[in-house]
Amino acid sequence: MGDVAFRGATRQYPGSDFRAVDELDLDIEDGEFLVLVGPSGCGKSTSLRMLAGLEPVNSGTVSIGGRDVTDFAPRDRDIAMVFQNYALYPHMSVADNMAFALKIGKVPKDERTERVGRAAKLLDLVDYVGRTPKALSGGQRQRVAMGRALVRKPEVFLMDEPLSNLDAKLRVQTRTEISALQRRLETTTVYVTHDQVEAMTMGDRVAVLDRGTLQQVGSPQELYKTPDNVFVAGFIGSPGMNLIHDAPVSGTTANCAGFEIALERDILGRIASENSETVTIGLRPEHLTLGSEGVGIPLIVVGIEELGADAYIYGELMERGERSSSLFAIRVQGEARRRVGSTVWASPIPGETHVFSTKTGRRLNDSPRR
Amino acid sequence: MTDRKPGSNRKARVVGLVALSILAVVFLTPVYVMVVASVKPPNQADAIYMWQLPESLETSGIEQAWAKLKPNFVNSLLLVLPATIISSTIGALNGFIFAKMPFRGSNVLFASLLLGMFIPYQVVLIPIVRFLQYVNLYGSISGLILVHVVYGIPITTLIFRNYYEQIPSEILEASQVDGATPFQAFTRLMLPLSLPGFVVAGIFQFTNIWNDFIFGITVIPDPAKQPITVALNNLSGTLSIEWNAVMAGALIAAIPTALVYVVLGKYFVQGLTSGSVK
Repeated sequence: MGDVAFRGATRQYPGSDFRAVDELDLDIEDGEFLVLVGPSGCGKSTSLRMLAGLEPVNSGTVSIGGRDVTDFAPRDRDIAMVFQNYALYPHMSVADNMAFALKIGKVPKDERTERVGRAAKLLDLVDYVGRTPKALSGGQRQRVAMGRALVRKPEVFLMDEPLSNLDAKLRVQTRTEISALQRRLETTTVYVTHDQVEAMTMGDRVAVLDRGTLQQVGSPQELYKTPDNVFVAGFIGSPGMNLIHDAPVSGTTANCAGFEIALERDILGRIASENSETVTIGLRPEHLTLGSEGVGIPLIVVGIEELGADAYIYGELMERGERSSSLFAIRVQGEARRRVGSTVWASPIPGETHVFSTKTGRRLNDSPRR
Repeated sequence: MTDRKPGSNRKARVVGLVALSILAVVFLTPVYVMVVASVKPPNQADAIYMWQLPESLETSGIEQAWAKLKPNFVNSLLLVLPATIISSTIGALNGFIFAKMPFRGSNVLFASLLLGMFIPYQVVLIPIVRFLQYVNLYGSISGLILVHVVYGIPITTLIFRNYYEQIPSEILEASQVDGATPFQAFTRLMLPLSLPGFVVAGIFQFTNIWNDFIFGITVIPDPAKQPITVALNNLSGTLSIEWNAVMAGALIAAIPTALVYVVLGKYFVQGLTSGSVK
C-alpha cells in the first residue's frame, strides 16, 4: 500500500529561525494524485524532500504504507523521484539510466531488459535508448527521468516541478500524459509545482502551502469554490479572486467602494463574535457582471485581455474617489467590450460572494457547495 | 585578414609579442644548452664551447648517461606510478566526501587538511625518517611511495573537491533514491565522471613526485634504489665531470614529465578551467 502520512512534520534549516515546513499534517491515500502547490519558499519542495528522505525531519513523522520512515534512508523507502532538472546520469545511456536502480537492486538481467524496454516503449523512447542525455531534447530528457521512476514500480512517485524546464506547449501536452499515466498505473503520486493551473488540472486533490504552513487540502473544485482563507482565494484561479480588503461593515451590508453587498445573518454573527468592523470581500471574475451606471463597484478600465470567446476586463478600483493599486478582473462574454480609460460598474452576482475575516483571513461563509 | 577585436591596437600587440619572445628565449636558454651539450663529444661540452652547436652528433653522452641512470629511471617509474594513482584515488574519495557529504566539522577538517600543503618539507624530514624506520619502510621505494602519497593528499583533495563541487548534487540524490549507497554513488557515478579531475591531479602529482629530490635522498640512502633525480646529482659528483653525459642525464630525467604534458596538457587546461565557464 502506498498511502502517505505526514504527522506534525517540521523542518527548520540550520541557522534559520523560520520553519520551512511547520507541523505539516497531511494524509495521502493509496493511488491518489496529490499536488503540493504554493509560491516559492512555501515549503512544498522541502515537504517532498522530507518524504523522499533527502531532507531530515526535525520533529513529527513521515510514514509510507503505514510504516514510519522518518529515519529511513531514501533507498529504504521504496520511492522514485523525478527531479526538476531531471538529474540524469550524464555518462550513461538512456537504457542504463533507466536500469540503474534495477542494477543496484540486483534485478536479474532479463527482467531488467524487459522492464526498461517496456518503459521505453510507453514513453516513446525506443529509438533513443542508446543515446546519452546530452544528445536528447528537453522533452526527451524529461521522459527519461519519468522512465527511470517508472521501471522501479515504487510505492510512491515523487515529482518535483518536473515540467518547469519545458516550453509552454510541451508542458501542457506532458501534463496530460503524466495524468493519464498515473491514472493507469494507480501509483500514489506526490507532485510539487508552483503553477496553480498545473495543480488544478492534474491533482485528485491539491494541498496549498504558504510560508511553511498547510493552508487547505481539497479537490480542485473545493479549493476554487470554497477557499478556506484569503491566501487560497487569491492563489487559486487565473486570474485570481478579486479581493477587497477592509470593507467596512454596517448594519447587514459590507461597503465595497461605495457598493453595498448584503451579508448573510450567520456571517454577520461571526463578524460580531470576533469584534470586527471590517471584512475582506472576495469576488471571482466570472461572478461579476457589467451593471448599468451607478450600479456596482466602480472601476477604471486599464486593460482588456481578449480570449476570443470571452475576455477579461482589468480595472482599477475607485475607492473614496481615489484609484487603488490592486487590479480587478471581470470576465465578460462576447458582446460587452469597453474602452481603456472608461469607467465600468461591476455588479456581483448574488450568492457568489466570499467573505473573509479581516483579523484571521479565514473564510466566514458557510460552505454551501461542498 | 582583419580579424581584430574592436579597440585592439596593432602597436600594443607587436610590443607584447616582442616581450613574450624575449622571455621565451631567456626561458629556453638552459634547455638549449642542455640539449646541445648532450649530443656533443665530452671535450666540446664545456664552458668555452657551451653556446656553440655541435660539430657532429655524438651519442656517447646519452649512452653513458642511460647506462648509469637506467636502474634509477626504473626506480622513479616504480615510485611515481603507484604514488600518483594512490594519492589521486585518496584525493578523489576525500574530495567526494568534502564536496558532497559534508558532516559536522567538515569545513574545519578541510581547512586543516589544506594547511598540510603549506608545511615546508624540510620541517618534516626527521619525523618522516623516524616514522619509516619504525614501520620498517626506511630505505625502500615503498616507504618513499607512502611519503609522497601522504604529502599529496591535501592538494589532490583540494583538486577533487573543487571538481566535484560543480557536479550537480541532484545526480547524487537521484542515485540515493534509486537505492545506491554512498559508496556505490562514488564508484558508479562520481568516478566515471572524474576523468578531468584525475588528469589534473595526475599531472600535478606525477610532475611533483618525479621531480622530487629531497624526500628521495633523505628516505633512501642506497644509490641502487634512489630515484633518477638523486642519481642525476650523483652523476655530477665525480672528480672529472663529463658535462655531455650529465646534460644527457638531465635530458633523460626531464623527458617523462615533458611527455605527460604533451600528451595530457590539453586536458590539464580543460580540467583547470572546466566549470569556471558555464
